[in-house]
Amino acid sequence: MTGMMIVMIIVALALIGWIVARARATRLGIEAGRLATNSRPSQHGWYVALWTALPALAFLAVWANVMPSLVLDSVLTSPAAQSLPADDFSRGAILSEAGAIASGAQTAAFNPQSMSLVEPYRAAYGRYSTIGAVLAAILAFACGAYAFSRVRPSFTARNRVERVVMWTLLLASLIAIITTAGIVASLLFESLRFFSMVNPLDFLLGLKWSPQSAAMGYGNEDAFGAVPLFWGTIFIGAIIAMIVAIPLGLMSAIYLTQYAKPRTRKWMKPMLEVLAGVPTVVYGYFAALTVAPALRNLAAGIGIPGASSESALAAGLVMGVMIIPFVSSMADDSIAAVPQSMRDGSLAMGATTSETIRRVLIPAALPGVVGGVLLAVSRAIGETMIVVMAAGLAANMTLNPFASVTTVTTQMVQLLTGDQEFDSAKTLAAFALGLVLFIVTLLLNIVALRVVKKYREAYE
Amino acid sequence: MADTATTTNKMTARGVNVFYGEKQAIQNVSIDVDLENVTAFIGPSGCGKSTFLRTLNRMNDTVASARVEGRITLDGEDIYGSAMDVVQLRARVGMVFQKPNPFPKSIYENIAYGPRIHGLASGKADLDQIVEKSLRRAGLWEEVKDRLNDSGTALSGGQQQRLCIGRAIAVEPEVILMDEPCSALDPIATAKIEELILELRGNYAIVIVTHNMQQAARVSQRTAFFHLGRLVEQGPTTEIFTNPRKERTKDYITGRYG
Ligand SMILES: Nc1ncnc2c1ncn2[C@@H]1O[C@H](COP(=O)(O)OP(=O)(O)OP(=O)(O)O)[C@@H](O)[C@H]1O
Ligand SMILES: [Mg+2]
Repeated sequence: MTGMMIVMIIVALALIGWIVARARATRLGIEAGRLATNSRPSQHGWYVALWTALPALAFLAVWANVMPSLVLDSVLTSPAAQSLPADDFSRGAILSEAGAIASGAQTAAFNPQSMSLVEPYRAAYGRYSTIGAVLAAILAFACGAYAFSRVRPSFTARNRVERVVMWTLLLASLIAIITTAGIVASLLFESLRFFSMVNPLDFLLGLKWSPQSAAMGYGNEDAFGAVPLFWGTIFIGAIIAMIVAIPLGLMSAIYLTQYAKPRTRKWMKPMLEVLAGVPTVVYGYFAALTVAPALRNLAAGIGIPGASSESALAAGLVMGVMIIPFVSSMADDSIAAVPQSMRDGSLAMGATTSETIRRVLIPAALPGVVGGVLLAVSRAIGETMIVVMAAGLAANMTLNPFASVTTVTTQMVQLLTGDQEFDSAKTLAAFALGLVLFIVTLLLNIVALRVVKKYREAYE
Repeated sequence: MADTATTTNKMTARGVNVFYGEKQAIQNVSIDVDLENVTAFIGPSGCGKSTFLRTLNRMNDTVASARVEGRITLDGEDIYGSAMDVVQLRARVGMVFQKPNPFPKSIYENIAYGPRIHGLASGKADLDQIVEKSLRRAGLWEEVKDRLNDSGTALSGGQQQRLCIGRAIAVEPEVILMDEPCSALDPIATAKIEELILELRGNYAIVIVTHNMQQAARVSQRTAFFHLGRLVEQGPTTEIFTNPRKERTKDYITGRYG
């Protein structure tokens, strides 16, 4: 019995419940359109249908998560499992392979020993899914019957169904929040495991980053000093990219709000915003294949030492271009939010347009612009594709923009790609990096939104 | 024009038409503004008082659809002529708006704004002096002298409006245009502004738009009545209020206007 089938059976039961409950309600003299009774027949039908389906489906969801460990327990008690190797690593590999073959996800065994476990797996799997299905069906029937027994004219089915609707909507809106909480929890949990292996101070303040050697067993804890990564991230995302994005974004916002004719603005603004829609991997290619080599040749030509084919400058420049639309659209909004009366006041004093912009509009719009820049920074330091492709892997602490540096996100990708065991310090380090990144971007966002909001209030 | 132009005429307008796109907002208006008298523009809402006022310092240039015809001069010079620089014109013809619009800067910086952009002060001490003088003339000095670094937007509405007047006179304009400067203020603040206008009279040619008949009577010596984009009648304020020549003016002044 597959999972899909049992779900369909439950839905069918719910449908039947709906029909019979509605019929019974009608027979009991509840008529649609009669205001004296609380609920219409179809609402009684919905009440029964929901009672039939929801508990059973919830049970199935729980069961699906409990079942693997039940299956594993029963496999481990089977005779074939007694000959498994003792060490956790190969034991786990064999067990997961047997599981994969039993469920049909894999056809041939790499390790012959796993073949002997396929049968026990299959048997346990079949047994527990049947148990789950039967329990779910019984639950559906029992709950449906209970609900059905309550169908009578005075019963407030409508209010109860409405409440379910309300809860469903609430749940939908909570999902994003719950997901975020789940992400944070998993980041925290894995990071704590990492920090039980590596001293947090060494991680946050250490100057040497070399996770490979630690994983191979001949490194020491110093290898997880993340400062070079933080520096690389700041160098690229908060310095070089911002040197590009802030002036260009601001200037285009000023042009668009103050100088451009409505016709020009109409096509130019969307064009600029298209930049934000370009997939970052495309920017990455551009940075790696076009900008980086050009910069290296330039650096070599003018004799700058340490020029590399992957450079902080290449990644930073392209990232700066990528976030121009963020800065410009925030700046655009906040300049447009400065009341026209400010502008008139300045012009009426005999100020020129550019004086008005410089001395009145920008200072007045500054909080909004700052908010936009902070959002852009938070976006830039979390950006992955461009730096993976163009910034490099060398954990350098350098001020030379032509040298290769690495960033938090680049290293996370490095640490997590390929076959990894999820409990080595090397892998867990990625979670710790992720946690730091998460906290920093979260703070940046909070501050930015505060600044922007405060500023909005000032003009409302 | 019934009135003869005298040598003290600061600004003259002859046959002025203003259009917003296709729509004509001002039709054939001719008027003089002189130094000795405060001129009041009155008339029902939408009759074009603001529009006409804004032609006098070319603020209509900021409205893309606006077009001005006719001849307006400042000291005999055509302000729409090619020899006239709009930046200089606006420095000479200052404006105070209906809603106080101080810049979100300190009180000091608000006043210093114009002198700074026009390079009127030769140093910090000079600028301090201009700020103090302007605030004194705007009748605000005593109230703010201890907090010049506070934000101009933190002042009360009446204080803000006086700040805006101070800001306008800090560049020593020759003409000050005021578009309903008291409409956002309470009677006490209004009285202060009116007092101020009377004090400024003679040093500056002043034009004030107002919906308040008593105010026009109190502060102005000449009054112009606009209706539907036309200048219906103009003359000495006392005459307009006691003995209007046109029926429509009388109706409006006595409040019989619909
Ligand atoms: N920017 C503009 N674009 C188009 N039409 C305008 C514009 N500004 C004003 N108008 C129109 O021009 C006419 C005169 O407007 P104006 O603001 O000069 O009147 P007003 O006499 O100052 O009125 P109020 O006493 O209400 O301030 C009105 O019909 C108005 O709708
Ligand atoms: Mg007006």
